[in-house]
Amino acid sequence: MKRRTSTAFAVSVLALALAACNKAPDMKQYGAEPELPKPNRTLMPDMTIAKPVAWGDQVPTVPEGYRISAIATDLGIPRQTLVLPNGDILVAEGRGGSAPNLKPKDVIAGRIKAKGNTSVKGGNRLTLLRDADGDGVYEMKTVFADNLNAPYGLAMIGNTLYVANQDALVRFDYREGQTRASAAPAKVTDLPSAINHHWTKSLAASADGMYLYVGIGSNSNITERGMSAEVDRAMVWQVDARTGAHRVYATGLRNPTALAIQPGTGALWAVVNERDEIGPNLVPDYLTSVQEGGFYGWPYSYWGKNVDQRVMPQDPEKVASALTPDYALGSHVAALGVSFSAPAMGGQFAEGVFVGEHGSWNRDPPVGYKVVFVPFRNGRPAGDPIDFVSGFRSDDEKTRGRPVGVTVDPRGALIVADDLANTIWRVTPAATTPAPVPAPAAPAPAAQE
Amino acid sequence: MDSIARWAPRRAIHPFHAAVLGGVLPLFLGALLSDYAYWSSHEIQWSNFAAWLLVGAMVVTSIALVCAIVSALRGYNVIYLVVLALTWVVGFFNALHHARDAWAIMPGALVMSVIVSLLALVATVMGFCSLRTGGAR
Repeated sequence: MKRRTSTAFAVSVLALALAACNKAPDMKQYGAEPELPKPNRTLMPDMTIAKPVAWGDQVPTVPEGYRISAIATDLGIPRQTLVLPNGDILVAEGRGGSAPNLKPKDVIAGRIKAKGNTSVKGGNRLTLLRDADGDGVYEMKTVFADNLNAPYGLAMIGNTLYVANQDALVRFDYREGQTRASAAPAKVTDLPSAINHHWTKSLAASADGMYLYVGIGSNSNITERGMSAEVDRAMVWQVDARTGAHRVYATGLRNPTALAIQPGTGALWAVVNERDEIGPNLVPDYLTSVQEGGFYGWPYSYWGKNVDQRVMPQDPEKVASALTPDYALGSHVAALGVSFSAPAMGGQFAEGVFVGEHGSWNRDPPVGYKVVFVPFRNGRPAGDPIDFVSGFRSDDEKTRGRPVGVTVDPRGALIVADDLANTIWRVTPAATTPAPVPAPAAPAPAAQE
Repeated sequence: MDSIARWAPRRAIHPFHAAVLGGVLPLFLGALLSDYAYWSSHEIQWSNFAAWLLVGAMVVTSIALVCAIVSALRGYNVIYLVVLALTWVVGFFNALHHARDAWAIMPGALVMSVIVSLLALVATVMGFCSLRTGGAR
């Protein structure tokens, strides 16, 4: 009996070793109907970590007819950006999360994953970038507000700037041309922040300026911290901008890392990071319009009604009600930014969304590490994603940058935050000269109000 | 008793060896009971307990295994060494298996914990039975 056991184990070791060497098979991972293989768990999750190197003289690759330049460097982990009405750019910088190590695995995996991220300390601030003369060089880089708590989502309604810290939604009064917040922020509402496994709080303002939508990520990969940790998690809140009162807008969204309002329709769209550790081609991260009251599966099911056996007890009723997302972006790409394009982006990139893909840790070969464009027609995704900014990861397994937030400047530019190189990139159509940015009325902040 | 005495060695294992070997079964058994608690209650904390108990079990089993190798080189029971080595191997795979998230560890975690606890029991009996031999009782 002993011998048989040891033989069985030798065989399984061999099988697992072979499985670990296998590269992920190519499958159609994009669009409305991605191929979904059977869940596949190896003894240890695939961990392929980016080896960071500096950009040096290199820049990311953009399509012909476009050019890219770094408009700010040496930031403190830039995540999301906001283009202000006068063309200034606000950058949210920081690193959040305080999830304790619960299992031996957390201790080991945390150390490995940290190798693929920047070692810079998070800024916990908003930095303002200004190109006063419109030559495409952002000569001013100044701190707009500091002492924030891992700020991430940014939105503007009228003269009020909203910032989603990892623990609260706060607001600043803003006057055009301001380069420094005139006062400490006022709290609009607390946000769920216990554990904060997925700490980023994404933000978008409704088209009518009445509401703010806040994306709140789950507190685990797949309920391994228990369901009690998931109260008020993996959902989008609708917050009343005046009162701070909130209600649940949509649920089952594992980690809605970026939100955007569709021009024209006013519909809320999100990019969502899906679960890990059931294989290289599961589960696709996705782009979707977010329906009010909709349930998108997490944790009980994925991509509609595909049951995840790792959740116990299961909930067949919830599974039956799960909506299928609109558009798969590919498994493990880690979509962290989304922004609707504008006609000024030109050509084939005028109608659609840009998506920033931070890149995988749980897949071999790695995926993501680029900004893609998903073309739209009649307000819906139509066609395969097109690489718009790439070259963040070279063939020699080196990683120079990792895209996070993407923001379209309606004057004709895409702003990309890179949280590995701590750089802000700006992509513009090369044919046109940079649109002149109106000089701000007041170059310096006025006296305190 | 006779049959045990027959393949028992002339000398008892070293007291340090005995001390670490004594930790092997309680820790694997603790992991088994925690796995069973998770299996029957779905309460995730039990699986965390099981994962850490297995880490502890692997530490003492590794030290005991080194002691057993040294003992084997000095002519101690080789079958004991083989059983303890098997305990280590199954325990190692069980520890890795426990790194899976939530219910993904089931039912493999429970099955492996049963097997490794039985192996630990046999290894401990074989390691300690030497203490009964000889006249120094």
